[in-house]
Parts: sequence; C-alpha cells; structure tokens
Amino acid sequence: MKTLAQLQEIRDKMQAQIANRAAKSTAEAAVKRHVLICGGTGCTSGNSTVIGERLNAALKKAKLDKDVKVIMTGCFGLCSKGPIVVVYPDDAFYTHVQPDDVDEIVESHIKNGVPVERLLHAEKDASGKFKSINDTAFYKSQRRIVLRNCGLIDPENIDEYLAYGGYKAYEKAVTTMSQQQVIDEVKASGLRGRGGAGFPTGMKWQFTHDAPGTDKYVVCNADEGDPGAFMDRSLLEGDPHAVIEAMMIAGYAVGAEHGVIYVRAEYPIAVHRLEVAIKQALSYGILGSNCLGLGKKFNLELRLGAGAFVCGEETALLNSSEGKRGEPRQRPPFPAVKGLFGKPTLINNVETYGNITQIILNGASWFSSVGTEKSKGTKVFALGGKLENVGLVEIPMGTTLRTIVEDIGGGCPNGKKFKAAQTGGPSGGCIPASLIDTPIDYDSLMAIGSMMGSGGLIVMDEDNCMVDIAKFFLEFTVDESCGKCTPCRIGNKRLLEMLDKFTKGEATMEDIDKMEELCNYIKENSLCGLGQTAPNPVLSTLHYFRDEYIAHVNGTCPAGVCKALLSYKIDKDKCIGCGKCARGCPVAAIEKTDYTAPNHKLASYAIEPKKCIKCGACEAQCPVKAISK
Amino acid sequence: MAEDKDKQFDAALESLKDVPGPVMMAMQKAQEIYGYLPLEVQLKIADYFGVPLSTVYGIATFYSQFRLEQPGQIRIAVCLGTACYVKGSGGVIEKFQRLLKVEPGHTTDDGRFTLEATRCIGCCGLAPVLTVNGEVYGKVTEASVDEILAKYNEI
Repeated sequence: MKTLAQLQEIRDKMQAQIANRAAKSTAEAAVKRHVLICGGTGCTSGNSTVIGERLNAALKKAKLDKDVKVIMTGCFGLCSKGPIVVVYPDDAFYTHVQPDDVDEIVESHIKNGVPVERLLHAEKDASGKFKSINDTAFYKSQRRIVLRNCGLIDPENIDEYLAYGGYKAYEKAVTTMSQQQVIDEVKASGLRGRGGAGFPTGMKWQFTHDAPGTDKYVVCNADEGDPGAFMDRSLLEGDPHAVIEAMMIAGYAVGAEHGVIYVRAEYPIAVHRLEVAIKQALSYGILGSNCLGLGKKFNLELRLGAGAFVCGEETALLNSSEGKRGEPRQRPPFPAVKGLFGKPTLINNVETYGNITQIILNGASWFSSVGTEKSKGTKVFALGGKLENVGLVEIPMGTTLRTIVEDIGGGCPNGKKFKAAQTGGPSGGCIPASLIDTPIDYDSLMAIGSMMGSGGLIVMDEDNCMVDIAKFFLEFTVDESCGKCTPCRIGNKRLLEMLDKFTKGEATMEDIDKMEELCNYIKENSLCGLGQTAPNPVLSTLHYFRDEYIAHVNGTCPAGVCKALLSYKIDKDKCIGCGKCARGCPVAAIEKTDYTAPNHKLASYAIEPKKCIKCGACEAQCPVKAISK
Repeated sequence: MAEDKDKQFDAALESLKDVPGPVMMAMQKAQEIYGYLPLEVQLKIADYFGVPLSTVYGIATFYSQFRLEQPGQIRIAVCLGTACYVKGSGGVIEKFQRLLKVEPGHTTDDGRFTLEATRCIGCCGLAPVLTVNGEVYGKVTEASVDEILAKYNEI
C-alpha cells in the first residue's frame, strides 16, 4: 500500500531513469543508454524476445550492463519493419533486427558509439543524416494521444507508467472533481465511442450514473474481433495501466466498485500484461478497497472470450461475461440500466478508455481542439493489406485517406495501383480510389456508405476482386452469426449463396437487384449490430464497383481472382518444353504436345482444362513466364 | 498422467466455486488441462455447477475455441483475417487442404496434423501468417507450405 506522497516519490525518482528516453535528449540520466525493443505481438513473432535476451547477455559479457538498460516496450506501430529496436539518447531507429545482429550492435554502437548503418531505418533528411524516428514519413503525420506510452515504457513495470504521470488523473478526479464534474468533462470533450458506432461517451456515463441501484459495473470491451484490426490489443500490450486508470475514473464517476475487462483469448500477450498490471496495481494499493488511500473501492477482473465475433456486441459480451452463450439481448433495457448480472453497467471500448486520463489531466477543451467539428480527438487505425508500411497509426480526426495511404502507409508495393480501402471490417464498406480525399471522421465515412468501425483499415490494389472481398466478409458473418434471429441467420446465408453464384459466373443481372433487396431486408430486421451491418460490404461494393459484378455476370473476373472464371493457358511459342509445370502439377493436368516452337529444341506443353484445378502452381514454376490466366 | 490432470482440474473447479458465472471459465480451464472437452469432462462441469449438460454443450459449440475432438500432434492454424486474406492466405490454406487431404477444423486420419482456419491473430504486419503448434510463421506463400510440411514430416 503506497500513499499519495510515496507514489509521487516514485515518480520523482523515476525521472532520472527516463530522462534520456526521448529523441535528441541531452538530459543526464541515471543509466547512460536505453535500448527499447518492441515486445508487441508482431515483433515478438519475429523473435524480439530472443533479441532482448541476447542483448542482456552480450551486455553482461562486455560488462556494460550497468551503463545500458534494455526495455521491452509495447508496439511501436511500424509492424512491417519489425522487429524494431531504438537506442536512446542517440535516437537510432533500427528496423528488421535479427538476434544475430545483437553482437554487432553491442560492439559497434554501444561500445564504440558508431551506429550500425545497415540496420538503421533507411530514411534520411536533406543533409543525408538518418532521420529521427518521429521525423520519418510513417510517424510525422501522426498524433499520439492514446498510444502516447506505447513503444516508450515497459508495460510490465508500473513505476514507468507512474513516471509518465500515471494515476495522477484518477487522483485529480477524486480529489478535485465531483462525479458529475467528471461526467461533464467527458461530455464536453466530445469523445465518441471508439468501438465503431460512435455513441457519445459522456452520455453513456450519465445514463449509468443516473440508473438507480447499487453494485454497478464498469466493463471494458476488449473483444477486438474485426479481422485485420489490432488497435486494442496494442494498447493493452503497450500501456495496460492507462486502461485500468480510466476504468477507475469511470468507476468513480458512475458509482461502480467492480470492473471487468472482457478480452479475446487470441491475445495471450495482452492477457498476460493485464494480469501483471492488475497485480502491481493491487500491491501498490491503487486498486482494491481503498484506491490510492482516497477512500474509494475498485476491483478489477479479467474474463476471457473463446472465439466468437458477436461477443464484441455489448449485450452479447455481457452474456458471455456471465459464462453463457454469447447471444445478444433485446434492447431496451440498455446495459446502463440492466447490464452485467442484471446491474447497471457502463461498457466502453479499450481505445475509448485510452483517451480518458488525458481528458481529465488536460481538460475537455484541449481534447476538443483536436479533430473535426463532430469527431473530436484522434483515431487509431490498424493499417493492413497492400501497403509498404503496415502497422498501427494514430491520426487526428479529419486526416484524409490519402495522407494515411500515401504518406503514412507509403502506397501500394510493387508499383500497383490503389483500388480501395476497407474500413469497419465485416460491418463496414469500401472506399474507392476516387474518394481518397475523404476526411476520416464518423460522419464523412457514414455519408459515403462506410463506417469508422473499430479501426481496421485494409488497403486493396488492382489484384483484389471486390466481389471476392464482399464474399469473404459475408462468409465471416455467416460463420459468426449467433443464429438467434432469422434475418441474420438465414438472410445472410442466402446472400452468400447469391454472391457465390457471381464468383462462379452463374449469376444473372436479375440477381444484382435481388441481392440489393435482400441486403436492405437484413439491415432493417436483424436483432443486433452484427446482422444490421452484415450486408454493408455487399452494398458498398455494389455501389462503387457495380461494373465488377456485371463483369462476373458476363463471365470474367477483371482482377483474375475468382477461380471458376479463370483458365490457365500455356503460350505454346514461349514454352521451352522444360516440363517443370507438368512435374509440379498436383493433378497431372499438363502434358507434352507434338508441337515444337521455332527456335526451341523441345516440344511445348499444354493444360487439359477439364483436369485443371486452377491452383496456379504451374504459373509459379514456369521459368520463362509462358503460363498466364 | 491422467490422474494428475484430474487432480489439477478438481483444484480448478474448487477455485471457481464462488465466482459468479463460472461455467465458461471452468470449460476454458478444462481445455487448458485436457487439450479438448471430452464428454466426461463436460458432464463433470455440469454436475459441479448444477446446470444441465445441454448448457455446457451449448457453450462448447457456440465458441470456436472449444474443441470436442482430440487435436492432432501438429496443429497448423492459418490466419484468415482480412489483412492475411488480401495477401493470399486463402491459397495457403487450400494448399494445406490438398496436401494433407483434410478440411479445416479436422485432423488427418493418422492423428498427426490438425488444420485450422483461425481468426485474426493480430500480427497483420507479417501477413499472411500461420502458426504451427503456436510458433508463428510470417509472410508465408504457397511455396512455404511445402517447406513447413517437410520440416514437420521429419519429426
């Protein structure tokens, strides 16, 4: 149990520890150098844990372990260039680091002060110097409010969170503000729910506060099921205490003493760091029966999901948290009135909570100065798909899609053309290249038939078939429909069958109209958000890429994706008769012919279309690119 | 072995005695211990918490992570999240299906390989991604399928 004064002592003492952990810092620190290694899921999969272990061992061997501190942080964001290592105060930004590079970094950089050039992120400034991490194209247009501590602190050490002003927002709220004042501040900030729908957060807090009854709950929705989205995971991995502190503030504001974080079981690192953080907060007396000695009680527990997308819907999440099948409930009553175990419950998304401490500390007007008129603050996106720089970004609301795709994302690789961006996952829609200057905010995206969603942003290039993408999302929702209501359970299944006809070239023009009618029916009649939004990917691709649907009716797939509409052919005059294709064919569909092209010595090969399963193995094997689809 | 697991499971049930809404947590523990949820284990959970077996079975079939069959020795899970899908993971899983002659969600007849199509595992920066017994393989192509199978076929 620590008192407020003791916590402040830790913060003060830590200042010397973190002083040089900023770009171009000249501050004297207790330890000469800090090496920050990304310990997010992406870089960990790329062996960053081993890099950390080897680095510690190498430093010990070189007797440098007193001068250099190795810190495993949360996600830096630039996942496609991982594993990432940053050395402070030198401000060296290493990318694609492998365990075998460790000795060279220690020998050259740490011992002799010469950074290892071949590992430095390749961007240079006008004078030819390697750019500091914050000046690179990927980071320059970002504004990190939610992710402020990700890639900066050790998430498994509460003292580091305290050093950056941790738990001061809770202290400020409880000691200087009334419950209503906290709620009013959140309302005035204009913060809207970051889970996707964009409901004003302050209103939710007010409803839960006003609901009669005791034993209220504060719940954090960390069931990030949208495929291709990993914002919440990264925040929980990189800065778990920020979410815990925000839930404590929410608990104070609405009058709740219990908190529950419902997190996907697919995120083992996030679960582990939350467990560590909760344990540390308990041991400091930050959580528990007398939080920070300020007389309020707040306890927090974790509940793990088990792989059901619908559990991201708030009422389904409540059922699942109660250990039941995650089927949605009828609303009203809303969770604010009758939620977890029948008690008034506040549910917010991880990223929404991620903003709270900063709003309390810096004030509502500071927060609302960022963003657009109706969408305040920033939004975190998980950039994925066909982009040079794949990863996690936080941008002010109102930034255009062009800035995200071209400047931050670095455009499509291999010189391919940008075709569309998909936001909102299975509930969202596609934004075509013609609308690339759309500002990203709740209302602009809604107006063009997409949605903000939780923050997945997948970029597609000319090689992606939009009918196939629509089918991909619908397969997902059909699989994940809980089956409780008919429009979603049966309607989406029928819709998928229709889409399947398109990808097989069996659809007619009439099917396009039928499909639109069915989409609207499902939207209007489904019980929960999953069903109501499931047809969106179909509707938006129909709207912006109708010509592709028509092309499928006419028997071609312009992007060359839908297998039934493809046929592989060998150009008999290009074929050199090497036979690699025939040997690699899994179904023996390729045979030698009696034709030998002029200037070639061997007879060419041909594909038997009836046997061909269109796997593309032959195309990949051909040394002279004689096979095409 | 089996007795150890039973003991471990009994302790897990005991620890959930006073937790509100414990059934799903007990099932997660059970799967952690046994690797899947055999009928006897489901019955035991139902008895312990005084709920019908249908409730336990209903939960087991609702969530994709609960397994009712014993998984194979080598579990290959190909991510079919959007980021992986647009980069070609559909072709990767098809190739596994073809070579192993098994549908996603099932185990080969010899009990060696289980093929799974998994939801986004969150390392989209490495897309397309698959895991073999939890070990992550990033930026895989259809060609890497042969390498991966060759590696595990040696074991």
